[in-house]
Amino acid sequence: MTIQAAPLAAPRPQSRGGQAGQHGRVAWMAVPALAVFLLFAVLPLVGVLVLSFTRWDGLGAIHPAGIRNWRSVLSDPDLLHSLWVTFEVMFYSWVVQTPIAILLGVFTAGRHRYRAVLAVFFFVPLLLSAAAIAVTFKALLDPNFGLGPGLHSDLLTQNWLGNPVLAMGVVIFIVSWQFIPFHSLIYQGAVRQIPLSLYEAASLDGAGRVRTFFSITLPQLKHTIITSSTLMVVGSLTFFDLIFVLTGGGPGDSTRVLALDMYRRGFGANQMGPASVIAVILVLVGLGIALGLNRLGGRADDSSLEGV
Amino acid sequence: MEPVNTSRRSFLQLVGLGVPASVALAACGGSPSQSGAGGGSGGGKGVASYWTLSAKPQEDIRKDTIARFNKANPKSKIDITLFANDAYKQKVKTAIGAGKSPTMIWGWGGGGLKSYVEADQVVDLTSWFGENPDLKEKRFPATFGAATVNGKLYAVPIETVTPIVLYWNKKVFDQVGAKPPESWGDVMDLVPKFNAKGIAPFALAGQSLWTNMMWLEFLFDRIGGSQVFDSVFNGEKNSWSQPAALQALGEVQKLVKANGFQKGFQSTVADQNADQALLFTGKAAMMVHGAWTYGSMKADGADFVTGGNLGYMNFPPVDGGQGDPSDTVGNPGQYVSISSQASKEAQDAAKKLLTTTMLDDTEVEKWVGQGNIPVVKSGGDLISGVKDANDKPWLQFVYETSSKAKVFAQSWDQALPPSQATPLLDNIGKLFQMDISPQQFADNMNKTIGT
Repeated sequence: MTIQAAPLAAPRPQSRGGQAGQHGRVAWMAVPALAVFLLFAVLPLVGVLVLSFTRWDGLGAIHPAGIRNWRSVLSDPDLLHSLWVTFEVMFYSWVVQTPIAILLGVFTAGRHRYRAVLAVFFFVPLLLSAAAIAVTFKALLDPNFGLGPGLHSDLLTQNWLGNPVLAMGVVIFIVSWQFIPFHSLIYQGAVRQIPLSLYEAASLDGAGRVRTFFSITLPQLKHTIITSSTLMVVGSLTFFDLIFVLTGGGPGDSTRVLALDMYRRGFGANQMGPASVIAVILVLVGLGIALGLNRLGGRADDSSLEGV
Repeated sequence: MEPVNTSRRSFLQLVGLGVPASVALAACGGSPSQSGAGGGSGGGKGVASYWTLSAKPQEDIRKDTIARFNKANPKSKIDITLFANDAYKQKVKTAIGAGKSPTMIWGWGGGGLKSYVEADQVVDLTSWFGENPDLKEKRFPATFGAATVNGKLYAVPIETVTPIVLYWNKKVFDQVGAKPPESWGDVMDLVPKFNAKGIAPFALAGQSLWTNMMWLEFLFDRIGGSQVFDSVFNGEKNSWSQPAALQALGEVQKLVKANGFQKGFQSTVADQNADQALLFTGKAAMMVHGAWTYGSMKADGADFVTGGNLGYMNFPPVDGGQGDPSDTVGNPGQYVSISSQASKEAQDAAKKLLTTTMLDDTEVEKWVGQGNIPVVKSGGDLISGVKDANDKPWLQFVYETSSKAKVFAQSWDQALPPSQATPLLDNIGKLFQMDISPQQFADNMNKTIGT
């Protein structure tokens, strides 16, 4: 669920001579995707928007409520707190994941057999379901029956999920552990796309490994970094399953992200109206961030291979 | 053990409830298992469906009753589907809201039942009870309170009477040379004694939150009497900030501050019985929990129960408190309602189950055999015939506690409507985390009254 559709970066219509006819012929190929998108993304979105102006307990009749839900949710300190927690998760998981994923991606892009073998192992966490990961880590981190007491290690016997700071750290650690392989894979592919001639030129100029990394690899990865960051940031907006099972948003409300708050209001308290308000906020924030990141990437024709 | 099958069709039905969050739930809440009753030949063929909880050892009795009914009624079979406790509440609510309700809805009565009634989702059983007077006759009258909404009966009390009790580990008490507490003051005095020996005074599954709530239920009652929560229940303004309520909230925070609960209690979950494991492994000395945990401690705790190491008592009085020390809290029964969405055929099958196999002599005997007091009067008569030297005094204790209680209050989260129960659990989490003061708790909760 974290892997969201990449933002719809509408390619600028290319009006260079002779291509218009070709364009028209392939447009129908988008119809199935468009239908699915309308049916499963746009339609429910409209539904949620409508629900956000109603009072509904999920069981009985739906009553119009005007802007009451919006007013009550927007003035609720719980919303600000959840927003803050969501941004914390987003920020820290980006800060942790990006450098490690780039380095791992660069490492696994090298054409050695042992690197290929290691890459397979790196990939394993991505294959596990978030719920299973959460249950496993919860058991490992239990301060009474977990890994710490089992190994008689005081260092590992912390109140991992009961202390607000540690709990947040654990969430970010697990999120990173789970998704770094995915982003490494993206970077691995991108690194392999970088023309070897650039590296040859750099080595002729006497650049060392570190210099090559910063002057060739990183700039060449610019667009990939933006893609991967968009996936990470927008994905972390919708974190639910892992945190739900791991901490339930606790202790207190210290790991209660927006998605959890939405669930709690909708399916815990039976207040679908306020829950829909949060859903709309989630969509708006997600879209805003995705668009903003896309802007960062510059224009589509701003090639990083200029002059190669 | 009976084989458990999940047919593809029933799985699809479960997943396709129409609301995305229910899919997320299916993924996180532990997968439901459908038991093909009647010889384990696969589910999904019955005329009616029954959703209930999956915890062992209770689920064996639930499955057995349905299997016996299906054997006797091959033409009107009932499918039983089992869910983990914490996931069930949302799951069934979502299903009902999406028009996919099971025929028979298992529940706790009270506020949750009221929300179904208000949405016209459950059948009014008042006249049916009138036609079958013996059904009412054989059950304890006190169990009908939580089945009644606006003077009408919407649920049938089933299964067991489960008060919350204070359990203690006799071995650990001997080891420390301590005596079981006779007052709240004793409780607070015991805390440093056990902590000094590296034993947690109390086991608490704090992440489940309703477990923490049981502490407040008792402290509210013992300090201010049952009227304190009654005024909350009746929606009286500012009832959460009554002096007795504030005092009770403060006492619980004192206990947290004194390390009254095991390290990391905030991340312990009741569904996995980790709190019970702390008690029977001797890592914790005491535990406040429902009577339903006796069976699982007996099953999982090696010789803990069978070796006579489990002690139990009603929650002790608070010095100077106004509550009656005989009062108890918990679940006066479990309840099953019939969905108004169900076809006549399905409703008839469900009613037949309720009048015939459910809580028949065989089932009652099984509940007693597991150490439970069923909601029917005949269960009490069976106690004298129980041979097990540990079960017998336990059953007597539960029977006495339940029947002699001046007030048997229903668990708050079941009694209150969901719109109040959810913020209640939420604020309880923050209170135990020391994030908010008793006054802030009261202020937050006062705002929810009347919603």
